Amino acid sequence: MKKLIILFISSIIIFNSSLLYGYSTNPEEFVKELVGEAIGKLSDKNLTKEEKKEFVEKVALENVDIKALSLYTLGEIRKSAEKEDLIKYQNSFEKYFLKSLTSRLTDYSSSKFEVTSSDKKSANYTIVNSKVSPGDGSPEIKIDWRIYTKNPDQPLIRDLIVEGLSLARTQKEEFASILSSNNNDIILLIQKLDEFVNN
Amino acid sequence: MFKKNFIILFCFIFLSFNVSKVKATEECFENLSRGIFKFNMAFDNIILEPLAKGYNKLPTPIRKGSGNFTSNISTLLSIPNSLLQGNLKDAGHASGSFLINTTLGILGFLNPAEKIGLKTVKEDVGQTLGAYGVGPGCYYVLPVLGPSTARDTVGLIADTFVDPFAHVTIRENKLFGISGNTLDYYSVKGTGAVDFRSKNITNFDSIEKNSIDLYSSFKSIYLQDRENKISNSKNDQDDWGNLDN
Repeated sequence: MKKLIILFISSIIIFNSSLLYGYSTNPEEFVKELVGEAIGKLSDKNLTKEEKKEFVEKVALENVDIKALSLYTLGEIRKSAEKEDLIKYQNSFEKYFLKSLTSRLTDYSSSKFEVTSSDKKSANYTIVNSKVSPGDGSPEIKIDWRIYTKNPDQPLIRDLIVEGLSLARTQKEEFASILSSNNNDIILLIQKLDEFVNN
Repeated sequence: MFKKNFIILFCFIFLSFNVSKVKATEECFENLSRGIFKFNMAFDNIILEPLAKGYNKLPTPIRKGSGNFTSNISTLLSIPNSLLQGNLKDAGHASGSFLINTTLGILGFLNPAEKIGLKTVKEDVGQTLGAYGVGPGCYYVLPVLGPSTARDTVGLIADTFVDPFAHVTIRENKLFGISGNTLDYYSVKGTGAVDFRSKNITNFDSIEKNSIDLYSSFKSIYLQDRENKISNSKNDQDDWGNLDN
């Protein structure tokens, strides 16, 4: 009887966690499944732009480490910033990130995606290498995914490196430039992010 | 007049190296660079982008052919630079690729070398200086040519002395009985620029649409790209280490 109860509880936990996260916990499989589903949804002509936007936002909120990304892009200022400002910044960053992401992805045109290899850098990070072949005959694009695996049951995307160019680093350097030309005023950066979201 | 211009240019570059102490993220003339960047964006909107959009309407074989042609000519610059970096394999691949594409590939319009596995790694003098350990110096924007650093500007000028194609065109020297003129040089470089822009229309639009400081985004992309080209590898910088929430 005890065994049955343990089995029952275990199956509920496993079922619930697979429902919550959806994708495999193996970094390569995680990227493959996530992108596979995204390609299917974004190229579905029966879905409206609004439905695609909702899908992208949901997937990003569940599978991208937006909180860590917001802190990374803020640079060293995160250590000296007021806690209240940091929370405001993180909220604004999340909205900025989602808007920027949806505007890039909702106009998606069909491409062939393939995970080519992966490299476990440490217990916390695995780099998954992939390539995208655009349908219009343009040269293939190499994309590396920085997957955060500190919690092995819930891999999270922290960065995309497109043809060697890190999107997170580009964002970080963009913010650093804004901050350095405005006396490291985090409020001004928040205002700029809010302006982008509201435009 | 030439001597005077040369001295001004030399002082400018010397100053750029000294001011920055080889830290590329530092700027020498940010306000001026931002002004030039605005001019370049206007130049892009009025001239380069419309040309690139028109170019994209050409039949695919013509676009691919002209892309191959300009790329094949730029291989000539990669050969001496690979040799200067002691990279004999890349120099061999570039030489083989140029010979095969120029002959079997009908003056480079076709790319049979790629099909037999010859991969050309693009190299220039800026990359060679970087491989020798010369730091980038400070960052600035050049009119029309776009983002650069002190090292890369020196490289850009030196390219015209190292590149055999520049010798045959700009300096009108004869090489294997072939000679050209300055117009040939700039026509090929211009076509290469239009070809590059046409392949990146969506990327440029996306960056423009999603940046809150476009100038800094282009700066970051340029510097990352140069770092990768100098190390001949993709970005493996890991500065996430201290962020473990």
